[in-house]
Amino acid sequence: MSVDVAISVRGVTKTYAEGSAGTPALNGVSLDIRRGELTLMMGPSGSGKTTLLSIMGCILRPSAGTVMVAGQDVTHLDEGKMPAVRLKHIGFVFQGFNLFPTLTAGENVELSLELKGFKPSQAKSEARHLMEIVGLGDKYNEFPRNLSGGQKQRVAVARAVAGSPEVILADEPTAALDSHSGRTVLDVLRQLARQQQRAVVVVTHDNRILEFGDRMIRIEDGLIAAQ
Amino acid sequence: MPPLARRNLFHDKIRLMVTLNGIVFAVVLIVVELGLFTGFTTATSGVMDHSQADLWIAARSTPYVDQAVDFNERKFYQVLATPGVADAQKYIVRWTEWKQPNGRTESVEVIGLDPNKSFGLPWNIVTGDVQQLKQPHAVMVDVIYKQKLGVHNVGDWFEIRGHRAKVVGFTQGIRAFTTAPYVFTTFKNAQEFAQFNQNQTNFVLVKAVPSADLAKLKAELQRRLPDNDVYLTREFAAKTNHYWMFTTGAGISVLMAAGLGLVVGIVVVTQTIYATTMDHIREFGTLKAMGAPNSYVYRVIITQATIAAVMGYVLAVVVSLFVILGGAKSGAPIQVGWQLLVSMFFVTVGMCVLAAIVSIKKVMGLDPAMVFRG
Repeated sequence: MSVDVAISVRGVTKTYAEGSAGTPALNGVSLDIRRGELTLMMGPSGSGKTTLLSIMGCILRPSAGTVMVAGQDVTHLDEGKMPAVRLKHIGFVFQGFNLFPTLTAGENVELSLELKGFKPSQAKSEARHLMEIVGLGDKYNEFPRNLSGGQKQRVAVARAVAGSPEVILADEPTAALDSHSGRTVLDVLRQLARQQQRAVVVVTHDNRILEFGDRMIRIEDGLIAAQ
Repeated sequence: MPPLARRNLFHDKIRLMVTLNGIVFAVVLIVVELGLFTGFTTATSGVMDHSQADLWIAARSTPYVDQAVDFNERKFYQVLATPGVADAQKYIVRWTEWKQPNGRTESVEVIGLDPNKSFGLPWNIVTGDVQQLKQPHAVMVDVIYKQKLGVHNVGDWFEIRGHRAKVVGFTQGIRAFTTAPYVFTTFKNAQEFAQFNQNQTNFVLVKAVPSADLAKLKAELQRRLPDNDVYLTREFAAKTNHYWMFTTGAGISVLMAAGLGLVVGIVVVTQTIYATTMDHIREFGTLKAMGAPNSYVYRVIITQATIAAVMGYVLAVVVSLFVILGGAKSGAPIQVGWQLLVSMFFVTVGMCVLAAIVSIKKVMGLDPAMVFRG
């Protein structure tokens, strides 16, 4: 695995149990996700995008094939060790933001840092820095309910990159945003990929953000149709 | 760590009120039911528990204190002559009838005692003095039953089984388990009020010499009085408790109410805490997806439950005190000691943590992939 490759997927299949037959979601997918790139993953609903994202994020296990994350084979990793891999190597950005509504924007980022072992004072100063990077330095003490959709998603991005994971996986990050906010969020993700050498994967249906991708992977019927 | 547990609890004030309401309701229910149970239990044996006598002698096979058969008071002299006995007194406990000047009657339980003794006396006297019982026709009643007995002041006159009775003092908080209030008077008066023959009593109370071995003294008295039963005071109290609690419908219903209160309380608290945790299920899913260790998620849920438990407990104690004060003015004997309150603190925290553990099972079963499902 090249040093530039953050995630390597080889021959991955995934079948969801459904009665005696089972429903195939992925049919032998192989790809590499490289550092310093923003990779767009597109495809129709039910094509297997989110399943692939979940497997790359160590949330789902493949039915067959191998998955390497940051040089570590996680295919057969013990279930109890998967959270630690996610915590150390992967940051998530969710379609619905998934911020903790009872914590301020800054505290959402602090929580992620403290889970990764930062001391409270370090976490606070690092969280302030990350909030500045995503352009929300002045919103540190605001609760999520007082932020716009775009601002919430940028807080979610700051939380995802907290602790410098190699990989950022974003699931439809612009789906709930207007065009301007969506572009702002993608711009932040692209900068993170390029300036901090993160591997960023964005699952999307949104054709408006194609220009932000360094690379585009198209998935159809559980297979990579184009890349 | 940012105080996620505390914030989860305090963020939504209405939800917090609902949670606390559930806990307060449950704790008050349990405290009051157990307090009633303790109060009733104590009331059944109050006369014995406060007698300061070492031994009680009753007619053979007396089932409980309120239903003792008469026996000849000659036994009293046999008791006094027994080595190890420091003092003794003839003592009457017997239901009779109290008649108000307006003709209304009430059942009462007359207690005949010797005011010159240091034991077997009324306790918690708030008006008058036990020596005043030596006056002709003198009785003492409890302030709780003033209204029931139609008593207004010291000096009021009544009639007990056709004999005049004058109130010379009041006790406070001496409740009877039954609806019949206690009326304290001298042994001689009690013989008249309860229509005893002049040479009859239904108990002899014994005070042993300080160095006496009570078990041996009991055995010796039993040997000398083969037609009577001799009990250590705590044995007779337990026998009376047992009778009222387990062989009458009243006791069983109090016991069942206490048990039901405990069960309902536990169910209410469990559901409340479970619902509070489930309100934040998506956030726990997010934490799991982010890779937060299970220990952290457990900690958040248990801390949340513990804070709710402590707050709910404090509020419940305040509410319970109002209920207890209300009960003190009525005939409902809610007896809540510090032991019950301390125990309830641990029961409350335990119930909440148990409920949290039930919800933890649910959270641990969460599929982290839920966070990708919109």
